[in-house]
Amino acid sequence: MEWNWKRIPAEYLVANVRLCRDGKLSARPGFLHVQKGRLVALGLGAPTREDLPALDGGGLVCAPGLVDVHVHFREPGQEEKETVATGSRAAAAGGFTAVVTMPNTRPPVDDAPMVRYLLDRAEETGLCRVFPTAAISKGQEGETLTEFGDLVKAGAVGFTDDGRPVMHGKLMQYALQYARMLGVPVTCHAEDTTLAGKGVMHAGYWSTKLGLAGLPRLAEDAMVFRDVELARTTGGHLHVAHVSTRGTVEIIRRAREQGVNVTAEVTPHHLSLDHSCCRDFSPLFKMSPPLREQDDIEAVTQGLVDGVLDCIASDHAPHTAMEKELMFDQAPFGVVGLETALAVCHTHLVRTGKLDLGQLVERMTSRAAATYGLPCGTLEEGGEADFLLFDPDEEWTVQPELLKSKSKNTPYGGQKLTGRVKATFLRGRLTHRDGE
Amino acid sequence: MSLRSKDLIGLEELSREEILTILEAAEAFRTIFDRPIRKVPIMRGRTVVNFFVEPSTRTRISFELAEKRLSADIVNFDASTSSLKKGETLRDTAENIQAMKIDMIVVRHSSPGAAAYLGRVLKASVINAGDGAHEHPTQGLLDIMTMRQRLGNLEGRKVTIIGDIAQSRVARSNIYGLTKLGAEVTVCGPPTMVPAAISRLGVKVEHDLRRAVADADVLNVLRIQLERHSQMVFPGNREYHLMFGVTEEVLRHTKPACFVMHPGPMNRDVEISSEVADGPRQVILEQVTNGVAVRMAVIYLLSGGDPRQLGGGVRAGGRGED
Repeated sequence: MEWNWKRIPAEYLVANVRLCRDGKLSARPGFLHVQKGRLVALGLGAPTREDLPALDGGGLVCAPGLVDVHVHFREPGQEEKETVATGSRAAAAGGFTAVVTMPNTRPPVDDAPMVRYLLDRAEETGLCRVFPTAAISKGQEGETLTEFGDLVKAGAVGFTDDGRPVMHGKLMQYALQYARMLGVPVTCHAEDTTLAGKGVMHAGYWSTKLGLAGLPRLAEDAMVFRDVELARTTGGHLHVAHVSTRGTVEIIRRAREQGVNVTAEVTPHHLSLDHSCCRDFSPLFKMSPPLREQDDIEAVTQGLVDGVLDCIASDHAPHTAMEKELMFDQAPFGVVGLETALAVCHTHLVRTGKLDLGQLVERMTSRAAATYGLPCGTLEEGGEADFLLFDPDEEWTVQPELLKSKSKNTPYGGQKLTGRVKATFLRGRLTHRDGE
Repeated sequence: MSLRSKDLIGLEELSREEILTILEAAEAFRTIFDRPIRKVPIMRGRTVVNFFVEPSTRTRISFELAEKRLSADIVNFDASTSSLKKGETLRDTAENIQAMKIDMIVVRHSSPGAAAYLGRVLKASVINAGDGAHEHPTQGLLDIMTMRQRLGNLEGRKVTIIGDIAQSRVARSNIYGLTKLGAEVTVCGPPTMVPAAISRLGVKVEHDLRRAVADADVLNVLRIQLERHSQMVFPGNREYHLMFGVTEEVLRHTKPACFVMHPGPMNRDVEISSEVADGPRQVILEQVTNGVAVRMAVIYLLSGGDPRQLGGGVRAGGRGED
């Protein structure tokens, strides 16, 4: 039957696609059979049913909807930067069907009604699954624990004071103990603020040359070391956000070998850009942790290849154009990343032969979902029909003004990338189609 | 040759030839200071805005004098009364100023990169009068001019810069300019004030002051930026003076002809003893005089002036053609 993009029925087929499952990309074409938002059948070859409308995938890659475990949607409080609706649209455009939101909104997500509010907003928008994390401490002030039990019951999938490192060691210990009881991770934004000082970029050659205050690697490594040891002592699950240094990779590698319950993520920008990008003082390259050196890029890449780092997360951090017009030392930290994540990683990891596409997809789907125990990130019979179609050969140039995100602060503007998301489906429904 | 860029952001971007062109022009302007009338009509009818977002006394006075001696119209923009304080962005403020049709902006700002940013967004020429800890090119030029007046060609000469290298835009501009002219630069200060990567800018690092001054032809003593530091970066002024203060005793470890410079304002008896500051080996006031000449030269060249027309000094008639 005829396929109509405008009227996608409740039951249909996606035919002639290369399925990406369990870390492997099939060489032979296969199909999906979607019924009421679920995958009722999938497999190699041609679909057996001829009475259903069929989308001809034309040999595109069909992968599980991507899962991003680190995004900032800014709602409530900073809707000028992003909202759950615009963030979800950006996620869909990037091939994502599930995201984990960080709690540093204004006010922060530190009680159950806030979690329910976010889930309601996500439901209304309906473009992406949203799994909120909640703050470790009330008001993210680093003093009193939030109501962990109540928050988890409301739907929080983990705890973090992302953006505001937990300097108080005992508080972090208590958080890991409490979270362990509830079966959720504690995520650390690893930064010793006393070592970080007023730093605004990686401490090294370029910070020295530019006269900008440096953020030493040690500010990250020292904190990761402390938190890994706390995880070892408490048995809690520590998730290390946005790993950026060789030292941190080594600490995590050793801890995992010794059986400590630690997982970790790395961002596309820490896999692909280094501190020399700051040479023209552009705040589009200002983020925390900062862009490091080639040696660190090699280490985090190797960590991702080895599985020491579980997954890729964008740390999608929208800021308005006006904020990114400020001087480098005064502009806020962070870059948007949802819409470029897959293409950047495909360009820098797959095209260079470090990972194959199946391995990359695994690190952006099932392995990402596993860090927070999320029920998504796979293509399986009886499962949810969350998937994307991807053209690994299409070349395109990043044009910030075309991003769906409310903010355009991408560090990849003007860069040519290879690989493009052609369509994204959530529960069988189209959430994004390239060019629309 | 003239200058390639419409802006002067730092000595890093200048070629050796451009630096020499500016210095030669500065020497020409320097000659008019000894005349009864120290003014030339070169910049008549042109407007220069002194856009000082970070407070400064001497750099601003020096620029103002340079502009006045070139007969420019001047507007002084004071950050404390500006709309920047009311939340306007630097770009908005600068574009507003430019819309009033001006020719040149001299900018002092606490953020590294501020001058380069304005240079990119404005059509007017931008002169960096200090951007955070990044560069202070006219200070670097006036320091080099003063050294050349004493030493001639700087090829192979040894310059020791003492003090808070990490926070110093003067140090960076000196390093770029001096290394381009073939001088050998040593930096000296406590390790907390000397970033590890500084040696990759082509300088030697020495933490022992007496060793650092032994072969030097010049000591350039930096101001301790008491206001910029967290309390912890050094134990305090007294101890700094004992270890890194340039005193008569320290000068006994130098070659007899070695002289002492300081960009001002001085913290007397911290980085430099009063004896040295007032003594026979210092050239601090020569630096100040040269500063005006260097700034005249930069303004002249950036506004399209031809360095060849300054050959035998500057005639009172202006651009040299009348």
